[in-house]
Amino acid sequence: MSDIKIRIKNLSKIFGARPESVLKYVEQGMDKEQLLEKHQHILGLHDINLALENKNIEVIMGLSGSGKSTLIRHINRLIEPTAGSIEVDGEDVLKMNSKQLRHFRQSKTAMVFQKFALMPHHTVIDNAGFGLKMQGKDKAFIDEHARKWLDRVGLTGFENHYPAQLSGGMQQRVGLARALACDADILMMDEAFSALDPLIRSDMQDLLLELQQELHKTIVFITHDLDEALKIGDRIAILNGGRLVQHGSPQEILLNPADDYVERFVADVNRTQVLLAKSIMVDEKPQDQTQSVTCQEDETVHTVLHTLLSEDGSYVVVEDSEGRKVGYIDKETLADTVFQSEQKSAA
Amino acid sequence: MEFLEEFPSMGRSDLRDLKKMIDGGFREFTRSYGEAIEGFFDPLLGFMVWFEKLLLSTPWPIIILIIGGIAWLGSKSIKVTVGSVLSFLVIGYFGMWEDLMSTLAIISVATVLCISLGIPLGVMMARSNRVQAVVTPVLDIMQTIPAFVYLIPVVMLLGIGKVPGLIAVSIYAIPPIVRLTNLGIRLVEKEALEAADAFGASYLQKLFGVQIPLALPNIFAGINQTIMMALSMVVIASMIGVAGLGVPVLRAISNQYLALGLMNGLAIVALAIIFDRVSQSYGTRIQKHRQGGDHV
Ligand SMILES: Nc1ncnc2c1ncn2[C@@H]1O[C@H](COP(=O)(O)OP(=O)(O)OP(=O)(O)O)[C@@H](O)[C@H]1O
Ligand SMILES: [Mg+2]
Repeated sequence: MSDIKIRIKNLSKIFGARPESVLKYVEQGMDKEQLLEKHQHILGLHDINLALENKNIEVIMGLSGSGKSTLIRHINRLIEPTAGSIEVDGEDVLKMNSKQLRHFRQSKTAMVFQKFALMPHHTVIDNAGFGLKMQGKDKAFIDEHARKWLDRVGLTGFENHYPAQLSGGMQQRVGLARALACDADILMMDEAFSALDPLIRSDMQDLLLELQQELHKTIVFITHDLDEALKIGDRIAILNGGRLVQHGSPQEILLNPADDYVERFVADVNRTQVLLAKSIMVDEKPQDQTQSVTCQEDETVHTVLHTLLSEDGSYVVVEDSEGRKVGYIDKETLADTVFQSEQKSAA
Repeated sequence: MEFLEEFPSMGRSDLRDLKKMIDGGFREFTRSYGEAIEGFFDPLLGFMVWFEKLLLSTPWPIIILIIGGIAWLGSKSIKVTVGSVLSFLVIGYFGMWEDLMSTLAIISVATVLCISLGIPLGVMMARSNRVQAVVTPVLDIMQTIPAFVYLIPVVMLLGIGKVPGLIAVSIYAIPPIVRLTNLGIRLVEKEALEAADAFGASYLQKLFGVQIPLALPNIFAGINQTIMMALSMVVIASMIGVAGLGVPVLRAISNQYLALGLMNGLAIVALAIIFDRVSQSYGTRIQKHRQGGDHV
């Protein structure tokens, strides 16, 4: 089984003057609006249980104000919880004293921010080396690694510029280089690409995926954009009003939305681009066996349909990556899936 | 109706007793601690005397050279540099060189004193709301109470001379640097601070690596104002025995010497303009990185 990198248990956070005193109302089921109205406290998070797997891209989604930023800031304890616990590599983050916590932040986690949060008075290269400087590395080491990572994100030649002289996309590349240079296991990205325009954002997503291919970090990625979540997430956690409503693979979330909120969230997605052959295949061979085509289990329904039509087959044989037969899809199922997904998008 | 027509004051004799008591108490305090306090300030006095002598004994061309150098380093502007040098030459030519040096000495020492006390105090205010709540009203009082009022206890304690002058100037001039250090640090983008936290910065790393550098424009505005306020105290300070451009002004007032007053007054103004231009353009230059455009 895959191992768990970050384990969040019964985590609650209430903002206000006396959070502990109103926690009981939330435990009795009072929601965010009522809590604010009756007790003047803001519900940030309630009873979050979440296990984030090692070397995965774990996406956290939800509408504005649903608690995404609050949740991610608990992982490195930028925010203190009202109740609950957070473990990273089996170590309780809340038990660390301030020195241990600083060391943990320097070595285990690195963060990329929505508004970039670069140091305006430092040059690009000094920004990229900021985390290493905090780690206490020597000058030559910092310089070499900052340069290397700036190069990886495509910013060679801009070392001596100041952040204010760069475009948003370039600034976020600096933010990414700063985080990657730390060589931390966990990369935390709070809407890191949300402030960028669509084309640049897509570039940055590709860059992140490409880097992840070789780095294998545990990435906690926050977004409110479902397409982005589906594109890069291995698993997706969905928050609503401070509560966790679903956590699963993109497939699971598309096929079995936990409630109306999730359903509405996924309504606009083009499912055929996301659903995989393996999630709609069956074990029995279909009746009509006139002409078969083969496809991989990880191909999207969209691709499978394309193959079937272009090769004029009547059913699909699904194979895994080693070429073993793992299931079948007949024409009707395929057609139904496409039809349903169109209906859902239209609704 | 008598009650409404005359304000119900506490009565002349009670009032006199109260004042007597306060005066007596303070005199007592002066008698027992005055010497100790004077002793405490002795090193400061020594330094001021030494520094003034140094300025006075240094050949004037060297002083002019140093002034020109500082003006150039600070402003990187030929206009400001030439202006500064010319002003000094003219002031000297009109026979005010020695007073100019004395004034320069007290202003420099007062400014250094204000900076070295004011910035740490501003940092503490920015760190704690409670400290801010206590210090702010004190600063308000220091800035609004007429200078002559706090001159009385200072003179009672320390007599007449350079040190009480310095203290009087500093009390008046220190509020802006404290206020603007506090303000500057509190205005630092919280994103940058959060990022520093997220990468594991310590309090001191945040203070010296992020907060103070980003607050520098405001801190410099504070230094600028502190210098200006110190200069504006020059005449008052000369009343309690501080040498410098203020002394002739004072003499001009009591004897109605228009030309003398005007010349020395204008010399103070020239000094103020030089300090202001140099420190202000230095302040703008250190925040170039904020504006984008071509890089330095
Ligand atoms: N420091 C704070 N004090 C009071 N309330 C806060 C604080 N930080 C967050 N909140 C509240 O907690 C809730 C969750 O905020 P959070 O920033 O985590 O939302 P989010 O999901 O990140 O939203 P967005 O997509 O807008 O960034 C919001 O209602 C917010 O107002
Ligand atoms: Mg947020």
